[in-house]
Amino acid sequence: MSEKIKVTSEKIKDIFIKIADVLIENKNYLTELDAAIGDADHGINMARGFKKVKEKIEDDSFKNNSDLVKTVAMTLISTVGGASGPLYGTAFLNISKIIPDSDFDIDSFIKIGETVIEGIQKLGKAQRGEKTMLDTIIPAVNALRESKVKGLSLERALEECKKAAEEGMKATIPLLATKGRASYLGERSKGHQDPGATSSYLIIKVIVDELISEME
Amino acid sequence: MVSILIVSHSKEIAAGTKKLAEQMKQGDVEILAVGGTKEGEIGTDPDAIYSSLKKINKEDGVIVLADLGSAVMNINMIIDRFDEDIKKKIILADAPIVEGAVFATVEASVGEKLSNIVSSIESPNVIKKKQ
Repeated sequence: MSEKIKVTSEKIKDIFIKIADVLIENKNYLTELDAAIGDADHGINMARGFKKVKEKIEDDSFKNNSDLVKTVAMTLISTVGGASGPLYGTAFLNISKIIPDSDFDIDSFIKIGETVIEGIQKLGKAQRGEKTMLDTIIPAVNALRESKVKGLSLERALEECKKAAEEGMKATIPLLATKGRASYLGERSKGHQDPGATSSYLIIKVIVDELISEME
Repeated sequence: MVSILIVSHSKEIAAGTKKLAEQMKQGDVEILAVGGTKEGEIGTDPDAIYSSLKKINKEDGVIVLADLGSAVMNINMIIDRFDEDIKKKIILADAPIVEGAVFATVEASVGEKLSNIVSSIESPNVIKKKQ
């Protein structure tokens, strides 16, 4: 029997509120990263989108996890304003279609990761190594798969996922951007950490930390 | 007659491109333009793009001209929301926004069909500047 944790929509709501707080806190940091290689709006856009998410979900109750995640997705799509809107929006919309209603095991997290990657790739047409959010997300999902093969505990698997996300984010520094606004900079895009990879890491970090605190 | 939708990160670019294209109108081509975020800042507003696409005459098809990243992604995401028979009549052209809109307007206004307009504005001649 594989290990399971119970995650209800009240918990997921807390997670999204924490994600919003972290992104709002990191608004200037993300914008500075984006100023180096893009159009200096990633932090502003993410903070705007998640501020709205927070307003929208805080005082509402949702009939299930899917309903809540779908609300988050639609809010991001309509309020972010930059490319991260449709990308994160589609990612969460895909999650809303498959998210379990209460019990999560390692396979649920792998499935969630896979549907996120699929949604982002369909829209953004990017591969790993192109200095995008996928450079954080793909290794994070791979770490979950590897943890499953190794038979690690769910807690360890989530820790590995976070670690791989962080390494993936940092590994974007030397990369040449070939997608998104940074690609217009060509060689000058090297030497900077990708803002999208950074916001993806911040989101994964909150999710993992919150889930682990729930398990203790 | 084919309709034209212009989507830019900037409200002014969208409106200006529409104005420029309309000068070339020989007939009754419908041209809609959306630009900027809900707050009027640089960016794109998927809700505005969706309502323009819903509203525009799609009978003979729609050519969409878009500028950068999120405009392109939002369009692709929104086209996906329409039914299959309508979806195939909305084409995001691989063409520069200003030149593409002007050329498409000329061709649409003389009654050229969707696929012909797309192939002509996607040709390198559209951006040729050197004689």
